[in-house]
Amino acid sequence: MDTKLTTKTAEKEGATIMNQPVAAQDSVYRVDNLNLWYGDDHALKDVNLDIKQNEVTAIIGPSGCGKSTFIKTLNRMVELVPIVRTNGVIEYNGRNIFDKEYEVEELRTSVGMVFQQPNPFPKSIYDNIAYGPRVHGVKNKKILDEIVERSLRGAAIWDEVKDRLNENAYGLSGGQQQRLCIARCLAIEPDVILMDEPTSALDPISTLKVEELVQDLKKDYSIIIVTHNMQQAARVSDKTAFFLNGEVVEFDQTDRIFSNPSDKRTEDYISGRFG
Amino acid sequence: MALPEKQPVQKKFIDPVAVKKSIGQRLVVNNVTKVIFLIGLLFGLVVLGILLFGVIRDGAAWLSLDFLLNAPSRRPANAGIYPALMGTIFLMLLIIPMIFIIGVGAAIYLEEYAKRGRMTSFIEVNISNLAGVPSIVFGLLGLTFFVRNMGFGSTLIAGALTLALMSLPVVIVSSQEAIRSVPQAMRHASLALGASKWQTTFKVVLPASLPGVITGIILAVSRAIGETAPLIMVGAAIFIARAPEGLFSEFTALPIQIYNWTSRPQADFQGLAAAGILILMVILLTMNSLAIWIRNRFSKRY
Ligand SMILES: Nc1ncnc2c1ncn2[C@@H]1O[C@H](COP(=O)(O)OP(=O)(O)O)[C@@H](O)[C@H]1O
Ligand SMILES: [Mg+2]
Repeated sequence: MDTKLTTKTAEKEGATIMNQPVAAQDSVYRVDNLNLWYGDDHALKDVNLDIKQNEVTAIIGPSGCGKSTFIKTLNRMVELVPIVRTNGVIEYNGRNIFDKEYEVEELRTSVGMVFQQPNPFPKSIYDNIAYGPRVHGVKNKKILDEIVERSLRGAAIWDEVKDRLNENAYGLSGGQQQRLCIARCLAIEPDVILMDEPTSALDPISTLKVEELVQDLKKDYSIIIVTHNMQQAARVSDKTAFFLNGEVVEFDQTDRIFSNPSDKRTEDYISGRFG
Repeated sequence: MALPEKQPVQKKFIDPVAVKKSIGQRLVVNNVTKVIFLIGLLFGLVVLGILLFGVIRDGAAWLSLDFLLNAPSRRPANAGIYPALMGTIFLMLLIIPMIFIIGVGAAIYLEEYAKRGRMTSFIEVNISNLAGVPSIVFGLLGLTFFVRNMGFGSTLIAGALTLALMSLPVVIVSSQEAIRSVPQAMRHASLALGASKWQTTFKVVLPASLPGVITGIILAVSRAIGETAPLIMVGAAIFIARAPEGLFSEFTALPIQIYNWTSRPQADFQGLAAAGILILMVILLTMNSLAIWIRNRFSKRY
């Protein structure tokens, strides 16, 4: 396991170095002065972030600092809380997601989400994956079969479930359920995947599998991952944003954040002095 | 680092001697209450047993295929319950779709769509209150509205609508509970895939809550078909020789037929009534077992 981790890190560093000249990557998300309130509770304060394509962006910070709130704002799931108010702009591929004519269904088809607790439907493994495509009008059995296989392969769980596609997803282990949820998300062919502490309910081995998967998915997707585990952020991400009390304290290359943070509070947090 | 010396833990508030003494007392109370509850349970079972025994003793001899297929008659030997049995079955077949569509629709609206607020709580409280309204009041409503105002007369459809109305509050409340028990995470999973609210409700929430919904419906229907008072109010026929032929034909139902027979002096009719009760009971027990089976077989664990 150790050697594996080291090679991973080495790869990552190689990748970072290679990425540096291509700094002019396209942004998927441009967050501009985002503020969010739960009633009178000011949960996000003047958040500004620029999230690049095909990168893994980690969101770290202590409990209650607004990480989940922020990531749920990116696909407007946060609006399910009735008392939420937002202002500011979030541009997704150049369009403001708060625009009246931007349908949330369209946004959420392009921006998938993986939750903290694995939440498969109480349906078969097959139906879990096929749910999204069916909702979006795919009826052809052959095409669905293909999507199911490709998504499960994409989430590195195909070999474990290919012989039991018609069994209930609740028979899977927690780690398998989480990868199933990732596969379900891939099935709608999103461009961005949001992950809110996807491994916090998992054992170390499942966690490792999900982390490897994140590295692997980066080729094809832009990934934004919330984690309270700093090692995880260091292992999987290219950029890291440190949130504190609803504000972005620092947003930079992950290795900068962890080796040479420019803000004292970031340094205190990553060295474990609070949080 | 030297280990601190082991000190006996100081007990401040719990006196071991008193504990020992009070444990004895508590165990006595424990046993006494156990006996009281057991007597309570046995009382219920014994009374039920006596009732069942009486009904079976009086009615079993009258049960036969002829009894099921004959019309009622003044001669007990020829009398049967065919029209009443068919009436009850038709009532069930009419009530179930009505309360399913309206009851589940109302529950979905209240749980998934209605804004939480005074108006919604007001409606919910009143639905719960309606569940406690005596059935004869629903009978009066049926008589005024369906029989008279709508001009249906004392027909099968008027009876079915009245019973459906009576069952609705219970169905709405139990469906609401079933819908509410579907974890929020299921809705979020669906919405996050770009499904619309209606797709989420129809494809995720409803299937997941269906076992609870169906159980509620079966229990409500089995209560409805045992009702006599509302049917008498809407004027179900006391004596009728044929099964209903359509929505607008006269009808009768099992409890009415049973009531009719018990009100006659001759012992033979008492026997017929007991036999009718047995049939009604078989239907009710079947429905309840079905409800239990559905609950155990399909209920979801999240
Ligand atoms: N549904 C909600 N209603 C009201 N306040 C909320 C809700 N969800 C989160 N909050 C508040 O918003 C703040 C940020 O919460 P959250 O985004 O969940 O933090 P994190 O994910 O970083 O732990 C907290 O102060 C929390 O109390
Ligand atoms: Mg959180």
